[in-house]
Formats: sequence, C-alpha cells, structure tokens
Amino acid sequence: MRAATTTPALADLLSRARSRRALRRRIVMTALGLGIVAAFLVSLMVGHTFYGLDDVWNVILGHEVEGATFTVGTLRLPRATLAVAAGAAFGIAGVTFQTLLRNPLASPDIVGISSGASAAAVFAIVVLGLSGAAVSVIAVVAGLAVALLVYLLAYRHGVAGTRLILIGIGIAAMLNAVVSYLLERSSQGEYQEALRWLAGSLNGASWTATVPVVLALGVLVPVLMSHSRHLGLMQMGDDVAAALGVRVEVARIVLVVAAVALVAIATSAAGPIAFVAFLSGPIAARLVGPHGSLLVPSALTGALLVVVADFAAQWLFGTRYPVGVVTGVLGAPFLIYLLVSINRKGGSL
Amino acid sequence: MTASHDLAARALAVGYGERTVIDDLDLQVPGGKMTAIVGANACGKSTLLRAMSRLLKPQRGQVLLDGREVHSMRSKELARTLGLLPQSPLAPEGITVADLVGRGRHPHQKLMARWSRDDDKAVADALEATDTVALAERPIDELSGGQRQRVWIVMALAQDTDVLLLDEPTTFLDVAHQVEVLDLLTDLNRDRGTTIVMVLHDLNMAARYAHHLVAMVEGRIHASGTPADVLNAQTVRAVFGMDAVIIDDPTSGAPLMLPLGRHHVAEREH
Repeated sequence: MRAATTTPALADLLSRARSRRALRRRIVMTALGLGIVAAFLVSLMVGHTFYGLDDVWNVILGHEVEGATFTVGTLRLPRATLAVAAGAAFGIAGVTFQTLLRNPLASPDIVGISSGASAAAVFAIVVLGLSGAAVSVIAVVAGLAVALLVYLLAYRHGVAGTRLILIGIGIAAMLNAVVSYLLERSSQGEYQEALRWLAGSLNGASWTATVPVVLALGVLVPVLMSHSRHLGLMQMGDDVAAALGVRVEVARIVLVVAAVALVAIATSAAGPIAFVAFLSGPIAARLVGPHGSLLVPSALTGALLVVVADFAAQWLFGTRYPVGVVTGVLGAPFLIYLLVSINRKGGSL
Repeated sequence: MTASHDLAARALAVGYGERTVIDDLDLQVPGGKMTAIVGANACGKSTLLRAMSRLLKPQRGQVLLDGREVHSMRSKELARTLGLLPQSPLAPEGITVADLVGRGRHPHQKLMARWSRDDDKAVADALEATDTVALAERPIDELSGGQRQRVWIVMALAQDTDVLLLDEPTTFLDVAHQVEVLDLLTDLNRDRGTTIVMVLHDLNMAARYAHHLVAMVEGRIHASGTPADVLNAQTVRAVFGMDAVIIDDPTSGAPLMLPLGRHHVAEREH
C-alpha cells in the first residue's frame, strides 16, 4: 500500500467524470421535462375542436374563453393533468420496487399491487357505491394488503425475488378475475368501464379524481427522494447498506409504503395503466446511465409516457382507445426483450 | 486514524429465530491487530461476525465497542468506526469502480448533502493506496473476481473506519489473489493501524497473516491466542475432526498445518 499522498490530479479526474455524468443527467431530465410540457400543451390544444396556445393559456390562467373554458378547462385539463400525475406516480413507484427487489419484473403492476388497488376501487364504486377520496383510501389499504400478502406468501427464510414475482403474478391474475367478475355483475359492465379497471383509462377524468393523485405526489415524492441514497446503498445488499449506516428495515418500510400508496391512489383515479410502472424505470436507466438515483428520471419518463400514449390513443387511430391499450402494446415487447436479456445475464435495471 | 478501539463480546448468544447458533460467548478483539476466526462449516463464525457488526441482534449478552453497546449506537456513528464487508456483496449493474468506492463515503455525508470535494479526495486516496487507480472508470461487471474483491475492500477503505470486519474475503479467489487480498489487509493494518477481524476458511493463511487466531467449534470458542499457541494437532482435531501434522512454515515461521487423510500419507503413526 502506498502512502496516501494524493495527487490532486486523480481527485480532479474523478470530479470531472462526476460532473460529466451530472451534465448528462441534467440534459436528459430537462429534455424529459420539456417533452412533458410540450405533450401536455398539445393535448390541451388538439381535439375535435382546435384551440390555439393563447386560448389554452388564458384558460389555464382562469380567464373566461368562449367554448374553450369548458372544452379545455373542464374536459382536457384534468385529463392531461391526471395523465402527468398518474404517469409520474407509476414511474417513481415502479422504479422504487424494481430497485428495492433488484429485479425489473418486480414492479407493482406485475406483482399484483395495481390489480389489488384496482379490484378494491371497483368494489368500492360498484358494490359500495362510493366515490372520490373514499375510493382512494380503500385502494391504498388494498394495495398495502396485497403487498403484505404477496410478501408473506413469498416468505420462507427470507424473501427471494423470483418467488415473490411468481406469487405476485398469480395474485394479479386472481385479482383481475375479481375485477372482471364485479364488472360483469354490475350494471356498469360496459366495455369502456371494464377497460379502465383492467388496463387503465383516462376517459372521463375529472378534478375530483385528479386532485388526490397530485396531492399524493406532493407528499410522497419528497418522502421517496429523501431515501434515494439509501435505496442506492441497498442495491448492494442489505448487509452492505447496514454496514454503511443505513437502517435497512426502516428505510424499506418507508419506501414500500410510499410506493404502494402512490400506485394505489393513481390506480383509483386512472386504473392500472398497463406497464407504465414496469417500463419507466428501465427506460430512464437507459437514458441517464447507471449512476445516480433513478427516482426523478423515472417519474418524468412515466409522465411523458402516459401523456403521449393517451394522446396517441385518442387521436392517432380511428377509434378512441383507453390509454392502457397503447401502453400495453408498447409494454409487451419490452417485457419479452427484458425476459430474454435477463435470461442471458441475470437481472437488474 | 490510529485510535485503537476496544471491540468485545460479553456472554453473547445469537441465532436465527428459535435456533441459537452461539451461546454464552466471550471475545476480546485485540486493538490494532489482525484477528482471524477459523472453524468448520456452520460452526457460527459468520454468525459471530454478523453479531459483532450488529447485522444480527443478540438474543442475550452484548457486543461492546469502546464500552458502548453497538446495538444502542446510532447507525451512521457506528459506521464511521466499524466497517463490514459481507460474504457476497452485490454490485449494481454498470456502476464504475470510482462510484462504488464512493458509496463507502455514506457514513461521512450529511443527509441530503451534495457530493463534496472531500469525498472525491477520499476516493482518490483509497484508489491510490491500493493501486486500483487504473480501474477507477471501469464498470465493475468487467472486472475479474480478484479485482472485484479488491474493489470492495477499497470501498471499505473509503469508509475510513478504524475497525474492519470481513466475512471470508478470500473465498472463490485463486491462491495468488488470496495472497494479494491478505497482503492488502496487512498493509491497511500496518499503515493505518486498522483493527482487522476476518473469517477465513484457510487455516494456513490465517496462521500466516493473523496476529490473533480464534478457533470456533459449534458456536463456542475452542481456543484463542497467537497462531503458534492455537494451531496444534489437538486444535485441528477438535475443530475439524481430522488428524494433522504441524510444521514450521519455512517462509514465514508461522505454524503450517498438513492434513492427514486416509491416503497418500507415508508414515502415519499407529
């Protein structure tokens, strides 16, 4: 071992490499942010009637604009806002799960948590006749219950990622059957409604549905971000993280509860928009590179994904599809690609 | 960095669930020295190390660092004095050596604080001290097993603790890399005065590199002391249930254990 005479050159080299990576992160995040703003504005402007940027801007500012106040303010604005908010919620919660369980397949929409929230929301609306915040609360409780159930069923001398994922997929299938059954039994067993709760849809989005998601983001994103460094250390295994001073059990509970709550609240508003939680993290990882936290990049990716997919679902095809149909079509090939590449080299983001 | 710390276990009992692996164990780790814990598979040596680094909560008894119970210390405070390298740490995919080493700085960083110039300097120091500068910007995935183990030790070095515990740091390494890792730990002990406690599989490596040898049998300490005191035919019989001849290692002077199996033993007595 050489005496620690630091050549300042190496420290400089390291800090230059660090700022290069930080620059890449900033560029990617700025691009994602601009993309979201652009897609958000376009989805406010375009529809059966086109409104210019100035009209849209005036509506956002709260001015009365002939026709636009209703079409943009009441129909398009809550829908676009819910797209951004739900996408961000799915994105950040998904990558939290994927990082925590060190497996891209362990996202909440694959392991049954979205399905649990969805089934509970359908039950609350169809059977109990509830709406608004009550539905969100029931969805959150159900999401946490499913997370706990999957964890307990997968527990045998510790939790192995693969066992948890397989059990989660099974639970998800059962819960989707419950959703189908409830919708079949109810008077609301129509095609659009069924698709909302099975694949996710923003049709009929209102402020009542959107506001809880925005509030949840405001509270829970800072909670997740305050633990982002712990999440990074826990990637190296619980023992390494604990040895570096992380209270692993506490951090894990905080991260899981916050992520489940975000998924459940977003699901109770927009349904389990297919594959967004699953896709955002891996896409963000490929964009920003393997260094630094993926939480915010994934939230931005998820938001952009849902806004663009919803716009495409409404206007690019003859029929107006629910957003989940488009994200589902995007997600399936990626799932196959991921399964193949995991098979080849063992899984990670 | 030369402060000597006092690490000890008192009437320690640890286990998993209902099962007690270690019962009523006392251990005093000599400060500023290298200690090796040896024993047969499943004798509780890793369990002991995990309890000492408070990854396992004792069922009874306590682990004391400078007279304070480690389980009552704040996590980050403990992590600034006592480091641990577990048996199979996981490297996040694509991460570079410098970034991984930098993660060792966590206990020295304030909550939410930005990466500082001091952290870069600490990482640079750790890399230079271990001749791993050339690896700095390489992804961990591309390294060989020996290089990778070296990098994990560099991370522990960046953590800058006075006490370092290592769980089988030489497992899965070929003999040249085993020697390399143990030499590196010896450097660390000599140059920085770091107290080192390592679980080792190889009795002869342990006898050569450790000042203090702890031999465990079924969750108890069977013998402890200098390798010359501890490593004899009776100890090997008690620990591994095997006959052996002990000679002086002509290269290091440490005791060298030659196992006696049923075959290829020319003049076995009786």
